[in-house]
Amino acid sequence: MDPIIETKNLTHTYSVGTPFEHTALDGVDFAAYPGEYLGIIGHTGSGKSTLIQHLNALLKPTSGTVLFQGTDIWSDPKLTKKTRFQVGLVFQYPEYQLFEETVYKDISFGPRNMGLDEKEIDRRVRAAAYFVGLRDDHLEKSPFELSGGQKRRVAIAGVIAMEPKVLILDEPTAGLDPEGVESILGNIREYHQAHNATIILVSHSMEEVARSVDRLVAVNDGRIPFQGAPREVFQHGDELERMGLGVPQLTRVFHRLRAMGVDIDPSVYTLDQAKSAILSKLKGEVG
Amino acid sequence: METIIQAEDLHFSYPAVEEGTTPVVLDGVSLEIEEGSFVAVLGHNGCGKSTLAKHMNAILLPSGGTVYVDGIDTRDEDRLLDIRRTVGMVFQNPDNQIVANVVEEDVAFAPENLGVPPDEIRQRVDDALKAVNMYAYREHAPHLLSGGQKQRVAIAGVIAMQPRCVVLDEPTAMLDPIGRKDVLRTIRTLNRERGVTVVLITHHMDEAAQADRLVVMAKGKVIADGAPKAVFSRVEELRKVGLTVPQTTALLWELRREGWDVPLDALSDEECAQALYQLLQ
Repeated sequence: MDPIIETKNLTHTYSVGTPFEHTALDGVDFAAYPGEYLGIIGHTGSGKSTLIQHLNALLKPTSGTVLFQGTDIWSDPKLTKKTRFQVGLVFQYPEYQLFEETVYKDISFGPRNMGLDEKEIDRRVRAAAYFVGLRDDHLEKSPFELSGGQKRRVAIAGVIAMEPKVLILDEPTAGLDPEGVESILGNIREYHQAHNATIILVSHSMEEVARSVDRLVAVNDGRIPFQGAPREVFQHGDELERMGLGVPQLTRVFHRLRAMGVDIDPSVYTLDQAKSAILSKLKGEVG
Repeated sequence: METIIQAEDLHFSYPAVEEGTTPVVLDGVSLEIEEGSFVAVLGHNGCGKSTLAKHMNAILLPSGGTVYVDGIDTRDEDRLLDIRRTVGMVFQNPDNQIVANVVEEDVAFAPENLGVPPDEIRQRVDDALKAVNMYAYREHAPHLLSGGQKQRVAIAGVIAMQPRCVVLDEPTAMLDPIGRKDVLRTIRTLNRERGVTVVLITHHMDEAAQADRLVVMAKGKVIADGAPKAVFSRVEELRKVGLTVPQTTALLWELRREGWDVPLDALSDEECAQALYQLLQ
């Protein structure tokens, strides 16, 4: 399968020619595939935000290329603009970006900019609001009357309403309580399934990415040191610790168990996996 | 042990937004915080934990019941300064708490306002910055620091007032993992080495697990109060109010449901591995 979005030898340097010159990305080859649920992990300052801002043409490469469905997004201004609609980016703390008088107007901002007709805009606003669990009576309220969690939903709906093929979310659950985390992750999963969209989830929480994504990309010092299925990536426990990230708690517990001499596969990372690993071990020994 | 903060049948409602709806935020909270202890208050958004925190240094006053800080009723306006000197607050967003352009000036802000003599301010600022491990950054500009560093500067600003108790309202919610670890380490050091009473409001259960005592709130009430190990073993009750438990406890609980005899209070990685090891032997 061909990637839907990819970077080739992407380098980005901030403030070129000043004392603050800093290379945030250094020759990065990155690819995301149609319908994939991808996780990006990296510590603050690793370059992951710089990377995702290239994927919807907010930043222009210093060198290298960004391709959307195989074509360089900077080769034609029309394509650059199209990419911004097709690749939706939800920033960290997006609730600070709401500005309209009503929730409805705020969500409709993106689709309106796409030049859609009123009927289609209305359909999309309602569909997006439904996705993130906002009720019809929320739509006529001022976004500033809503709670923090609800505001975040409005902001996410505003991006979903553009029905992007690739949806990138930068720490969408930061600062939410466990219930809020579950419901946002559920909304993202539903969008993923309903539209067969590519999801790129940027997160600090290993437990969160572990149970959501098909594939993980680790970013560190402007490069991608490793990527693959969560099971493979979490085998780099020591390196992940050094990158300030760590591995899920249960992975640590299983590594300890193995160190204590128990013959068990330490590459578990979710509760279900841990439970069945222990249970099958118990059954094996009893039976 | 002496009680530093005491809430007696505390009730609080915010002013009605629409007619006929007075949202009750605190619904009969009674709580004593002992001097020198490290207490975590856990609960999900809207459970009243931040409202409770704001009663601990008279930012909010009770609608019913009473809050005493070091024996002073928080409604006693004449003693407001004494209350605020006894209990310092740190909030969620570090960017909203920093007022100066240089780290050490920011930390000096509170003691300057309290009229502390200049020589002593110098000493308190140095001391506070050392306590949060930010002394090397004393002449830096706060806006160029990381989130975790800024939050530690905010904590230093509170310590410079030399309060006996610090209340932190979700101080790590906006921080990355390294920032969270640094802030937590700072809080623990303050408590253990300087004997400062710490009340940590959080919805991160791994942070709550590090406290001596864990108070769980739901719908404006205290629903559990005890050592973290004991509280977290009440898995079903916590789930009912929308809270999760650490993965270690969750795994042991699942195994127990399958009929295996494992302890529920093995909270740390090591304890959990030990419990599983015993089970598998």
